[in-house]
Amino acid sequence: MIPLIVVLAVIVLLILIVISIYNSLVGLRNQVQNGWSQIDVQLKRRHDLIPNLVETAKGYMQHERGTFEAVTNARSQAMQAKTVAEHAKAETALGQALSQFLLVVENYPDLKANQNFLALQEELTSTENKISFARQNYNDQVLFFNNKIQMFPSNAVANMFSFTKRDFFEVGAATEREAPKVSFTQN
Amino acid sequence: MWELIRANKRNSIILMVLMATVMLLLGLIIGIAYGGPDAGFTGIIIATAVWFLLAIVSFAGGDQILLTSSRAIPVAHDDHPQLFNVVEEMSIAAGLPVPKVYIIPDPAPNAFATGRNPKNASIAVTAGLLGRLNRDELQGVIAHEMSHILHRDILFVTLAGIMLGAIVLLAQVFMRGMYYGSLGSRRRYSAGGRNAGAAQLVIVLIAILAAILTPIMAQLLYFAISRKREYLADAGSARLTRYPEGLANALEKIANDTSPQIATANKVTAPMFIVNPFKKPDQMALSDLTSTHPPISERIKILRNMMQGASFKDYSDAFVKTTGHKTIVPPVALTKEDIALREASAEAKQEMRKQAQMRQVGDIMRKVQGFIFLTCACGLSLKIPPNYKPNSVTCPRCRRELQIPVNR
Repeated sequence: MIPLIVVLAVIVLLILIVISIYNSLVGLRNQVQNGWSQIDVQLKRRHDLIPNLVETAKGYMQHERGTFEAVTNARSQAMQAKTVAEHAKAETALGQALSQFLLVVENYPDLKANQNFLALQEELTSTENKISFARQNYNDQVLFFNNKIQMFPSNAVANMFSFTKRDFFEVGAATEREAPKVSFTQN
Repeated sequence: MWELIRANKRNSIILMVLMATVMLLLGLIIGIAYGGPDAGFTGIIIATAVWFLLAIVSFAGGDQILLTSSRAIPVAHDDHPQLFNVVEEMSIAAGLPVPKVYIIPDPAPNAFATGRNPKNASIAVTAGLLGRLNRDELQGVIAHEMSHILHRDILFVTLAGIMLGAIVLLAQVFMRGMYYGSLGSRRRYSAGGRNAGAAQLVIVLIAILAAILTPIMAQLLYFAISRKREYLADAGSARLTRYPEGLANALEKIANDTSPQIATANKVTAPMFIVNPFKKPDQMALSDLTSTHPPISERIKILRNMMQGASFKDYSDAFVKTTGHKTIVPPVALTKEDIALREASAEAKQEMRKQAQMRQVGDIMRKVQGFIFLTCACGLSLKIPPNYKPNSVTCPRCRRELQIPVNR
């Protein structure tokens, strides 16, 4: 009689453990999902900020048409990107166009003193920070999730319910790894 | 990080059980002392009732009481965009919902976080802090507060505070009873016999001893917990921002500040602030067992010694190297994470460029006058005046001993 009870108790205990591990895996996976959508939210926010920024600056920087066009084009490219790879590439390009733009702004002290522009610049800095923190958070959550999936004993439960490993967000890694070709020959 | 949160939760429960046992024992002893062996149970009931009452008051209104007593003003995004943005950034980095933001109209620089769970959290910052810190430093401070919320410190410290309050209250009531009433004298006669009387006296003495000692022990425990949590929040801040220098600079600015003590701090709310709000003339002597916060200079040194990376393990290594004590980071959180430090933000870099210019001029003057230039391994450059006699100097940032070349 007693061995039967002991066996039953062990089985119940095991089931409870499996349930608890499964729940924590689901929780971590949702955190990963949340992290990913957070990146999207911040990228869209950057898209929305740019037209206002350009308009405010246009009044002061009449001769910098090229810079404005670069930023506006990069923005429309980013908004049309479909796949994840396209997204990553377009957003990196937009980031670069924006920093070029801000570099040019340094030459216009009148614009830098404008209150509207200062407020916008703060928003832009904040959005850039938020994008990088959103990526950071996403990568953190992916790390926790992957660790939990691959480590014992949760990997057993993970395999049972087919939880799969997630990829890290390697921003512009593809474009950044292409080292600029330096050529010393005269063209 | 999740392991750390889980370890914290587990330690919370253990602590709660420990303190609850102490409190119930105290109730038991006091009950017996008051009314004989049968009244022991009543003592327990009273102790539980006291705790329950305090808990309800604390949880139902605790946040609001704290915020109102600090005269905190809620802010929306447009009131102070930079503060609000920084809080949003740190919430994203921590993966938590954005807490409510408050500003305290006080010139002393300080900040605190409150809230029993991340969904009902608030962060308050003094006007003095906002006026002094640049963006990187503000980020560091907010990240520290965010870490408190993330690690569920607020809940833990609140519960511990309630326990402490209940224990102190019980002990006080008992001692007052002892002082004002003739305890047990009537009972002694009615209980019959000298033996019963002697036993009663012993119990009374034990109760007095317990009533004196338990508040002290509980308080020491409370302080130790509070200090450990502060270190862990510093580590969390470094991890979230990837820039421990930001928080280190902020702490330095706060430490060197000369404003009067923040007007609305008291013993109850002190542990919630980022820096001990009580200004004492001799900070070193008082920053041992009886302080809710570790000494600022030590916190700064640890943060500046994090040179390999920004993970909990890096903080733990820096902690051991700086203080020489065993690490306070729970072993489960010591997984090897590859977290690189980032550079200062553009605004901070500009500030540093201006400072560098001033320094250059000063250095030229010093070279002319025969100063000796040394560079410590932690990155600090030291300029020793020519009339400095000893042969070695201690780096003020990381405490390494540097030898001064003999041929001066």
